[in-house]
Amino acid sequence: MKNLDGQRKWLSIPPIVRKPISTLSTIVVTMVGLLFITFIIGRVMPVDPVLAIVGERASQEQYDATYIALGLDRPLLVQFFYYLVDVFHGNLGVSIRTGLPVFEDIKRFFPATMELATIGTIIGIIVGIPLGVLAAVKRGTWIDQIARFIALIGYSIPVFWIGLVGLLIFYGILGWVGGPGRLDIFYEDLVPQVTGMILIDSLLAGDLDVFSNAFSHIVLPASILGYYSLAYISRMTRSFMLEQLNSEYITAARVKGLSEARVIWKHAFRNIGVQLITVVALSYAGLLEGSVLTEIIFSWPGIGSYITTSLLSADMAAVLGGTVVVGLVFVCLNVLSDILYRLLDPRAKQ
Amino acid sequence: MSLVKETEKQSLRAWLLAEVPTSRNHARMAAWYQNWLALKRNTLAMAGLGILVAVVFIAVFAPLLAPHDPFSQDLANRLQPLGFEGHPLGTDSLGRDILSRLLYGSRITLYIVTLVAIIAPIMGLIVGTISGYAGGWVDVVLMRITDIFLAFPKLVLALAFVAALGAGIENAVLAISLTAWPPYARIARAETLTIRKSDFIQAVKLQGAGPIRIITKHIWPLCISSLVIRVTLDMAGVILTAAGLGFLGLGAQPPSPEWGAMISEGRKFILDHWWVATMPGLAIFMVSLAFNLLGDGLRDVLDPKENGR
Amino acid sequence: MKHFKISLLAAAAVVTVTAMPTLAETPKSMLVVAERIDDIISLDPAQSFEFTGNEIDRNLYSFLINTNPLDLDAGYGPDLASSWEVSEDGKTITFKIAEGRTFASGNPITAQDAAFSLQRVILLNKTPSFILSQFGFTPENVKEKIVATDDYTLSITTDKPYAVSFVLNCLTANVAAIVDSKLTMENEVDGDMGNAWLRNHSAGSGAYTLKSLKPNESVVLVANPKWWGETPAMKQIFIRQVAESASQRLLLEKGDVDVARNLSTEDVAAVSESDDITIHSELRGRIMYWAANQKNEILTNPKVLEALKYLTDYKGMADSFLKGQYSVHQSFLPLTYLGALEDTPYSLDVEKGKALLAEAGYPDGFEINAIVREAQERIDIAQSLQNTWGQAGVKLNITVGTGAQTLDKYRAREHDIYVGAWGPDYPDPNTNAGTFALNPGNADDAGNTGYLAWRNAWDIPEYSERTLAAVVENDVEKRKQMYIDLQKEFQKSSPFGIMFQKTEQAALRSNVANFSLGGAITTTSYWQVTKD
Repeated sequence: MKNLDGQRKWLSIPPIVRKPISTLSTIVVTMVGLLFITFIIGRVMPVDPVLAIVGERASQEQYDATYIALGLDRPLLVQFFYYLVDVFHGNLGVSIRTGLPVFEDIKRFFPATMELATIGTIIGIIVGIPLGVLAAVKRGTWIDQIARFIALIGYSIPVFWIGLVGLLIFYGILGWVGGPGRLDIFYEDLVPQVTGMILIDSLLAGDLDVFSNAFSHIVLPASILGYYSLAYISRMTRSFMLEQLNSEYITAARVKGLSEARVIWKHAFRNIGVQLITVVALSYAGLLEGSVLTEIIFSWPGIGSYITTSLLSADMAAVLGGTVVVGLVFVCLNVLSDILYRLLDPRAKQ
Repeated sequence: MSLVKETEKQSLRAWLLAEVPTSRNHARMAAWYQNWLALKRNTLAMAGLGILVAVVFIAVFAPLLAPHDPFSQDLANRLQPLGFEGHPLGTDSLGRDILSRLLYGSRITLYIVTLVAIIAPIMGLIVGTISGYAGGWVDVVLMRITDIFLAFPKLVLALAFVAALGAGIENAVLAISLTAWPPYARIARAETLTIRKSDFIQAVKLQGAGPIRIITKHIWPLCISSLVIRVTLDMAGVILTAAGLGFLGLGAQPPSPEWGAMISEGRKFILDHWWVATMPGLAIFMVSLAFNLLGDGLRDVLDPKENGR
Repeated sequence: MKHFKISLLAAAAVVTVTAMPTLAETPKSMLVVAERIDDIISLDPAQSFEFTGNEIDRNLYSFLINTNPLDLDAGYGPDLASSWEVSEDGKTITFKIAEGRTFASGNPITAQDAAFSLQRVILLNKTPSFILSQFGFTPENVKEKIVATDDYTLSITTDKPYAVSFVLNCLTANVAAIVDSKLTMENEVDGDMGNAWLRNHSAGSGAYTLKSLKPNESVVLVANPKWWGETPAMKQIFIRQVAESASQRLLLEKGDVDVARNLSTEDVAAVSESDDITIHSELRGRIMYWAANQKNEILTNPKVLEALKYLTDYKGMADSFLKGQYSVHQSFLPLTYLGALEDTPYSLDVEKGKALLAEAGYPDGFEINAIVREAQERIDIAQSLQNTWGQAGVKLNITVGTGAQTLDKYRAREHDIYVGAWGPDYPDPNTNAGTFALNPGNADDAGNTGYLAWRNAWDIPEYSERTLAAVVENDVEKRKQMYIDLQKEFQKSSPFGIMFQKTEQAALRSNVANFSLGGAITTTSYWQVTKD
């Protein structure tokens, strides 16, 4: 009964206030849970952070000193509690591997991943949406089959393999694109870091040489990520479009004698805009966290490879920090697409 | 003789296509048959199925098909090109026959896929149905946990689990399952919510059935078909994740011919001996494509909403 | 239509980019190196113990005594110390510090700096401190044992009359670098003696100073204008993290880098055909070995150990996947070290191995586990062992783990077989003898984790005694013979299967000359490098 009372009180708060609060609390709970799981995994992992610091030759005494300095002698929950307190103060700890505050590391690594995922998503949108619309319009024809096949190939290729083969062909043999890394060595540190995304920073600095060099490096990994995004976006676009094309108002429009192009683009396509935003947001989030292997193959100093290498060397502060950021972005993108959906779609409003 | 068979076949077909089912089983079989007919018309899906059948065949008969022992080394004949003296796909860095290793590797891939396909949906089913049936705070807690797992970068979570559990195939399976269950839980919960309120559940309840009995005997069977589609669609992802773990050295241990690990071994030689890494990559690609083709076809058949009908 | 335009634009951008000529070569006064540098934890000489960190420190700091990269065979010679004397009891060495030199900061270099640097190592007590503390220095006594008697005189007093070459060799180790005491203490935080600051700053008097260290990305060194040596031809050294051998090779072939440090055997073979590239090979100190834990009953049987040594395909590995990068070597002192033993009594002999196993009571072999760290050459070696041991019925299960994971098990003595590498820490035979053939106490709780003999639970009072005797023998010839005798016995009866010694191959653009990796005794230096 008490429970119900509480619920009633909660429901009496106007939705405009209630919604953001509950969304926020969802995010916070999810993040704390995320941290807790990562934290526990990190502590039960048989990789010893102390050894990662002191190395092969350390004596027992040196080992013990570092063990205590890291606070590992305290009970697990106490350690977690202190960690949470630090996180809420904006302190993500210090990475043992890079020796820098994790926050600084993330500031360096995250924009690289964002740059990659953004270009990838742009490619996915530019190619995926027209492809999806085309497949829907030509439903059941060979065009539809080819579009389907293209998308399914995208879902099926191991990214680390296609990355290797791509590097071999386009960089190694043909020399059309830049190699691994974000820039050629001579271009490094030429433009001041503003956003951390070199394409944007170089344009801000007006340095076209750096821009084109960065572009030649990002083209291949971004295309590979873009292919994944394309596969997803085109499939979803197709299915949304089919739903629209089969609806009554489209039939009505056709009966009215509107041109087919007008029916497709002005009517059907416009109506799936909201759904597409959701799909693009999800695809973007997927690329952000799906870029781990791409980053490793292309020596891309991004957040995915940062988390992975940190994990393998038991650098838990870095793993936790990286996971928080990626998880947060993921959750936020989800919430954002949810809100957009609510705001823009008349049907969802009711 | 053949005539008899023909008539039998005819009558079976007629039975399966009967307009009015005679029993619940009959109805189910008939529905399956209809779906199968629809699937059969989908060339791409059938191609996928064909590849998968072939892979299962290869895995079962690997010892008969493989020209060499996949583990026997020949350091004098390492990194030999395609077609070299009885090695159709060449040899790897320790002089082992790549074709034989690929054939044997299909066993590992199928092993991983099968286990994950069993473990993850069951985990999801349990969490999802309990959550949906119990409702209230149980639902809130379980769904929050599901959300947390969904928010994790998948590969990173799998990596973390493997790192925690130790490298190896079994642990890779466990890790992948632990990352793969949340979507199943969501599906199962959604199904449960619709079923829970239905009349027949109320009726069963009135007969005095307990919640465990209701969940296991009445709700689970109804969730299966939507889970199956999802599983088929996810298998390609499972193969890729498993290969990714192998590639990072956290999957199957040497000298096991796991395809991802083979790519990882071969990438050192990609410039001059491209086939060493390329062949296992193609194998992974073929199998995951087959699963995708089949899954996509299945969805068209079983899930009318996606089909736009 | 709009979409189409955008994609056309994108396509056009690709074309313009790819049409751009790539830079054919690197600037004349700059050396660009592609290397795996992700092992760097700290550049503080008192803490750095990783390959790359030590390499960079060698170019940032001066030492009391040092080796000349262009004449490594000569051994140590004067650096900051212009001369030294040994007291009659053999326990005190007095160094004269050359006058009139300054650190990169402009502060004069004095004996106080030298004393501070060495004391600091003992007081901070980081991993490499044992190289100095083995002479009896402790945080309590170090200020009396290492003393600046005046501005340009330093005296060091050891607890025993060690072989002088042993002490001096240790002073060439990275940990004994001389840091700028004033600058370091200005950057002290919470009593850390500048440890945090020196992680990514330099306070030395070497040929270069540290411009930047971006972990896992790059290290940039610039010439130190205050250096008293000949001005380096390379004004800037740019070391960039490139993990993959294939990537390093492509960068080198395109002339984007001058040096590729971590090429695989196959990539070395491929690039060596080019006229633009030369391969620079040097014998290094690293030893590749397997070790058998004596806690496993089966592995204590000397016949079993001998059998396993005969069941290893040394030549097959050295001629195939290790080609050019490892040579067969079967004793714990690397070649070029005092007392190194060249004998290689073992080669693959499956029949003999089987016979020995049968004699030991295992005619059908046995099953056993190996741990190996996630590095391709080590995994390959382990797989080759798995193959040849298997031919005599010994079933080897391999578990691959990360460096820290594997080390953790090894130090906890939880392995059966460990396949790994050992690199010497300072250019004196004791560096390896003191770990392979010395076990100060075999009890589990003794925690002698720094000793390989202890890690393998090998209880060897007799070997230990002889190893300890060798470090106080001042007659060089006698000392040499002691090590040779020790190794001959070790080869036969130890639970260590020593297999290879490392040869490092660096691939250089042909215009790079005077490159030096530092041989087996020290590490890479850049100040003598030239480019035409």
